[in-house]
Amino acid sequence: MDNSPKHTTDLVRQGLAKRYRQEARFRRMGMTAIILGLAFVSMLFISIIGNGYSAFWQTYAQLEVHLDASKIDPEGTRDSDVIADADYGGIIKQSLRDMFPDVTGRRDKRTLYRLVSNGASYDLKDFVVANPDRIGTTIQLWVPADDDIDMLMKGHFDRDKPESERRIKDNQIAWVDTFVEQNRIESRFNKTFFTAGDSRDPELAGIWGAATGSFFTLIITLLLAFPLGVATAVYLEEFAPQNKWTDVIEVNINNLAAVPSIVFGLLGLAVFINFIGMPRSAPLVGGMVLTLMTLPTIIIASRAALKSVPPSIREAALGVGASKMQMVFHHVLPLAMPGMLTGTIIGMAQALGESAPLLMIGMVAFIVDIPTGVLDPSTVLPVQIYLWADSPERAFVERTSAAIMVLLAFLIAMNALAVLLRKKFERRW
Amino acid sequence: MNRKLLVLTSAAAIGFVTLAHAASRDYISIVGSSTVYPFSTVVAEKFGKSTKFKTPKIESTGSGGGMKLFCSGVGVQHPDVTNSSRRIKKSEFDQCQKNGVKGIIEVKIGYDGIAIANSKKANRMELSRKDLFLALAKQVPDPKGGETLVKNPYKTWKDVNPALPDNKIEVLGPPPTSGTRDAFAELAMEGGCKKIDWIKAMKAKDKKKYKSICHTVREDGAYIEAGENDNLIVQKLEANKNALGIFGFSFLDQNTDKVQGSLVDGVAPEFEAIAAGDYPVSRPLYFYVKKAHIGKVPGITEFLAEWNKDGTWGDEGYLTDRGLIPMPKPERDQFSVAIKEMQNLEM
Repeated sequence: MDNSPKHTTDLVRQGLAKRYRQEARFRRMGMTAIILGLAFVSMLFISIIGNGYSAFWQTYAQLEVHLDASKIDPEGTRDSDVIADADYGGIIKQSLRDMFPDVTGRRDKRTLYRLVSNGASYDLKDFVVANPDRIGTTIQLWVPADDDIDMLMKGHFDRDKPESERRIKDNQIAWVDTFVEQNRIESRFNKTFFTAGDSRDPELAGIWGAATGSFFTLIITLLLAFPLGVATAVYLEEFAPQNKWTDVIEVNINNLAAVPSIVFGLLGLAVFINFIGMPRSAPLVGGMVLTLMTLPTIIIASRAALKSVPPSIREAALGVGASKMQMVFHHVLPLAMPGMLTGTIIGMAQALGESAPLLMIGMVAFIVDIPTGVLDPSTVLPVQIYLWADSPERAFVERTSAAIMVLLAFLIAMNALAVLLRKKFERRW
Repeated sequence: MNRKLLVLTSAAAIGFVTLAHAASRDYISIVGSSTVYPFSTVVAEKFGKSTKFKTPKIESTGSGGGMKLFCSGVGVQHPDVTNSSRRIKKSEFDQCQKNGVKGIIEVKIGYDGIAIANSKKANRMELSRKDLFLALAKQVPDPKGGETLVKNPYKTWKDVNPALPDNKIEVLGPPPTSGTRDAFAELAMEGGCKKIDWIKAMKAKDKKKYKSICHTVREDGAYIEAGENDNLIVQKLEANKNALGIFGFSFLDQNTDKVQGSLVDGVAPEFEAIAAGDYPVSRPLYFYVKKAHIGKVPGITEFLAEWNKDGTWGDEGYLTDRGLIPMPKPERDQFSVAIKEMQNLEM
């Protein structure tokens, strides 16, 4: 037996190279997986940012507008109702005709009018209503350019292609070039994108309406799901007896976490809208449906957080004479809270990105007015992205990507908050 | 304890607000076809910006889904208007009547052409409806002759018609839930199917079988369901120059630099040809209004008036900029009268 240790070392030595190789191979595989994953994520980001960054700028054109008193306020009353009623579209058209007097023929004139956005007349109206003393004078007004012109200026249309293959015709390019020569065209930060509701004119469309809708929906979800989820978790973990019933409930909660979200939408349609009679398209109903969806996530995370509080804390609290409820609320819950909050934020982030259940309850809709409460019809960010992706106008392509960037920014912010909370309040025992 | 109280009070508050809300609605609620959606939304936005009323809410539910919601009853929880890319069916009309939706105004808004397009990098195709039927139907007449059906054997366009290029048959189109697909089956495929005499003769004898022959699309991979997103189809056509795509005229109109519409029976899908009724694959678009809601929900009459303007749906109206093909003047006048007099739809 005296040579046996040598024998063992030999065996180890023999296998050593193979084991090193195995480890190296495993590491390489892991590395490749991470690199592949990162490559996909960066491809996604590059394509979205590459497509979307230009949507944060918008082309504006400067018009010389003569505010003809006889057209705006013929009787000189300076009454704001009279002023607001004037035909500002006609005035904008007149100023375009004055700029290009040699354009004749109905068709050409119509093309000419399409140089500036439909929104120009509303901008002019707002200006005149705010400055009635300027009636009768000639002003220089910057108005948003039409989406096609915007696309041309941003280089999305190829000028070198034959005219028949272009959406922008030669005469339009010539007019735009005149604007450029006179320094009457410039690219500005697209404030409208962040302040307006939806519109069918890409240059007037914004995400504020959808963002507000998402905000109201998430507030409802948070108000309902957080207390309900935490209360359920506390009861199941700390108070409920361990028997068949609680087992069934536990299995069901875990199952619910895996149910496709569209099912919750159908449930919401049947119960909240058809049975209780709540309004369609309202953030209230959206929030309630998303609550159903997020509850399992919050409950499971909260129970895990409660489980991780060491028994010594509970025993110490009970040992100095605390009641069970005092033990839970004074000692266990505060220690488990960071974990619960993390779970809640991740659940909320999931809810923010969800659109399928909202399809069923009518939140996939065209809504221009910014919602002011939880009962106003509204839509949410992912739905807005879907609707824009489906719009024929070319300029919506970049706006879709820009909206995705905004949504991603919100998601990253929420997940970063979750990580931050965990780092700051996490206790190790 | 406090938390419980909070939950209870908020639940009660939600209940009350809901009840209060159910009694009235101050905006028009529109549902229905995704094909009419791009036109309806433009009118709604204009209406919202130029009047004191709120902008109508428009859901894109598809024609059938819209009808179901529209016909489910009278009352503010039900929509006021439904858009449709086909005429209301008798069964839907009966459903409406049964649920108390008695007075319905039918308004045709114009026409939509369905383009069969390919990439500009390839040559423009010249198809006939019969070519389309033979290339895309699940069962076709035996190429050897006789009055029997066989599983579609055609692999390339050249097999279908020697005049066509020797390219694999690859067509990207909408799924069966789409109104565009219904219209394509009805107008293009059935149109071609009818050219075969013995199948046409079947229509009188066995209408069901005739329909199933003419409308069933092959499922062996030559027809690819590309989802409801027409923009996606345009992108895929750009990447694959041998493929054809099926989508609405407005998408062709917006992407003339990337794709070209094939000639169908010798006619190109162009604005004038569709308006004149020469292009064979075009369909009417409608919306339906619930009369019982006029006066209950503010703005319906004014919204109808916004539609009923030459500047909206006329030959040079703003909807034509979006790709709507206007009705001929006499037909427009007829629907204009229907709107003004609020004529009841009879079926």
